[in-house]
Amino acid sequence: MVKFSEDKLKEVQSMIDRYPEGKQKSALIPLLHLAQEDFGGWLSAETMDYVGSLLGIEPIEVYEVATFYSMYNLKPVGKHVFEVCHTGPCMLKGSDDIIAYIKTKLDIKVGETTADGLFTLKTVECLGACGYAPMMQMGIDYREHLTEAKVDEIIAACRNKQ
Amino acid sequence: MATKLLLAKAHVEGIRHFEVYRREGGYAAVEKALKMEPAAIVEEVKKSGLRGRGGAGFPSGMKWSFLAKPEGVPRYLVCNADESEPGTFKDRYLMEFLPHLLIEGLIVSSFALGSNRTYIYIRGEYAWIVGILEQAIAEAKQNGFLGKNILGSGFDCEIYVQRGAGAYICGEETALIESLEGKRGNPRIKPPFPAIKGLWDCPTVVNNVETLAAVVPILNMGGEEYAKIGVGRSTGTKLISACGNINKPGVYEIEMTLSVEEFIYSDEYCGGIPNGKRLKACIPGGSSVPILPANLLLKTAKGETRLMNYESLSDGGFATGSMLGSGGFIVLDEDQCVVKNTLTLARFYRHESCGQCSPCREGTGWMEKILTKIENGKGAISDIDLLWDIQRKIEGNTICPLGDAAAWPVAAAIRHFRDEFEWHVNNPELCQTQNYGLAHYADPIHVPA
Repeated sequence: MVKFSEDKLKEVQSMIDRYPEGKQKSALIPLLHLAQEDFGGWLSAETMDYVGSLLGIEPIEVYEVATFYSMYNLKPVGKHVFEVCHTGPCMLKGSDDIIAYIKTKLDIKVGETTADGLFTLKTVECLGACGYAPMMQMGIDYREHLTEAKVDEIIAACRNKQ
Repeated sequence: MATKLLLAKAHVEGIRHFEVYRREGGYAAVEKALKMEPAAIVEEVKKSGLRGRGGAGFPSGMKWSFLAKPEGVPRYLVCNADESEPGTFKDRYLMEFLPHLLIEGLIVSSFALGSNRTYIYIRGEYAWIVGILEQAIAEAKQNGFLGKNILGSGFDCEIYVQRGAGAYICGEETALIESLEGKRGNPRIKPPFPAIKGLWDCPTVVNNVETLAAVVPILNMGGEEYAKIGVGRSTGTKLISACGNINKPGVYEIEMTLSVEEFIYSDEYCGGIPNGKRLKACIPGGSSVPILPANLLLKTAKGETRLMNYESLSDGGFATGSMLGSGGFIVLDEDQCVVKNTLTLARFYRHESCGQCSPCREGTGWMEKILTKIENGKGAISDIDLLWDIQRKIEGNTICPLGDAAAWPVAAAIRHFRDEFEWHVNNPELCQTQNYGLAHYADPIHVPA
C-alpha cells in the first residue's frame, strides 16, 4: 500500500502550510514530486489517488496535472534516468552524437529501459544549461559539457553503485 | 570595465551566505525601503526606466502601478523563475551565485506592492537551486529581514519557493499562476490581467528574477541614477546568457551601449568563434526571437552598428531586425544548418504547446513534420510555402504568446535563409552529408581581425 512515513507526512503538512487556508491544492505539484521520489520514481494510479486524498481533491484533478508536466513519469523507469537535452543550443554543440553514443553503449532506444532495469534514456527539451552544452539531467543533478568519455564515466559510476 | 550592478559580487567567496552578503553591503536596500512610502518605491522603479527582463520588456514600474488595491483583499508578488526559453540561463546563474540579491529584491518589492506572502515559482528541473534559495530565505529570516515585523517596521513577509514540473508554458504569467494553484499550465484569457485578478483571484504582480534583483541597485542608487546607465529606453544593465558556437559561453552583465560585434568577438565577452570559423547567424534574444544572418546582425539594414539593446536589436522590425528578448544569445557558425536548427526549435514548441488553442496545438505539430521532411531531403518547394502559411496562421491567433514564439523562428528562418531550405529540397542526398554553409551571402562576411 502506498503511504508516506510520519516524517514525510510532516513535510507534506509544511508544504500545505505555505498557502492560505483552503488553497491546499496548490501543494499538488510539489507533492507529486515527493511521491515520485518516494514511490519508485514514477506515479502509479494508486500513488496519484493517495496524493489526491491527502489534499482532499478528486483523483481526476491529480491525473490532469500529472499528465501535463513532463517531469512526472507515468510508467516505471530505470534506476538511473538519463534525460538528454536536444533543443537548438545543445544540438549546435553535438547533443545528437551524445544521444547516439548512449543508445549504442546501453543498446536501447530513446524512451526505453535496459533489461537489467538500471538505465532509462529519454530526450528532453531545453533545461536551461545552454552555455554548458551538451548536457543531461540525472535525478536532481545536471551533467554538463558531456563527451563520450564523460558518458562512459557516468555509466561506470552508476554500475559501481550496484 | 562595464558597470556591474547585479554580478559585481558574484565571485566574492561565500557570497551565498547572509553574513558575507551583508558585509558586502547587502540588505541596505531593504533598510532604505522600509523607511519609505511604498508608493515612493514604485515611483523610483518608474523613474529607473527598468523594463521586464523576462523577454517582453514591459516597463516594470508601470506594471506595478496597475496593481489593484481593494480593501481587505491580499495582494501577491510572484517571482517568475521558470526560465525555460532555449538559450536562456541567466536567472539560474543569478539564483545559484547570488541568492540573497534576489531575496533582497523580493523583500523590497513585496513591501512596495504590499505582498505579505510572496512566491518564487522555479522551473522543476532547477531542483538544486531550491535548496540554495531556501537556505538564503532561512538566513534572512534569522536576521530579521523576513517574517513578522521586519526590522520593526510593522511589515510582515514570508517568501516560499514553489517547484514547477517541466512546462515551458508556465513562464507565461497566467499559466504560471494556474500552475501555482495546482493546475495544468493553461494560460488564461486576458483581461482580466493578473494585476486585477491573479493568484487565487487576488491582485498579483508576476516579475522575472532579473527584474526583481535589479530593484536592489535601483533603490540603492535612486531611479534617476539608474536611468543614466544605458541608452534611450534601454536603461541599466542586462544579463546576457551566451551559448552556441563561441569560445566563452556564459552569463555576462552588459551595459546596453555595447555593440553586438564587440560582444561576440571581445575577449571580455564571448571571445569569438572557435577554430577560426566564420559567423553565420545568431538568435540574439532567446529561441523565440527572429534569427538574423551575420550581415544583418552586426549592422542594421541602414548600415548602423547594431547594439545590444531593445531598440537597436529590433531596428528594422521583423523584416531586417530581431529582439533583445530574454537575452538568450545563440551563435551559429558557418558549419551549422539553419533548417536543422529551426527543426529543433519547432519540435520544442510542439512539445511545449499547452494544447488549448487549435492554431498552436495543430500548427506546431505540422511545422515540425514539414521541417523534418525538408531536413531529411524529402521535402518539396511547396512545403516551404506551406510552412510560411502555417506560421502566419498561428501568429496572433492564440490566447498566449507561445503561438507567436513558435511562429517567429520559422518565419525568420525562411525569410533570411530561404535559399538554404530550397537547397535541401533540390539536393535531397547531398543535404544528408553536407551543410549549405555560407553560400547565402552576396556580401562579404565579417571575419574577425
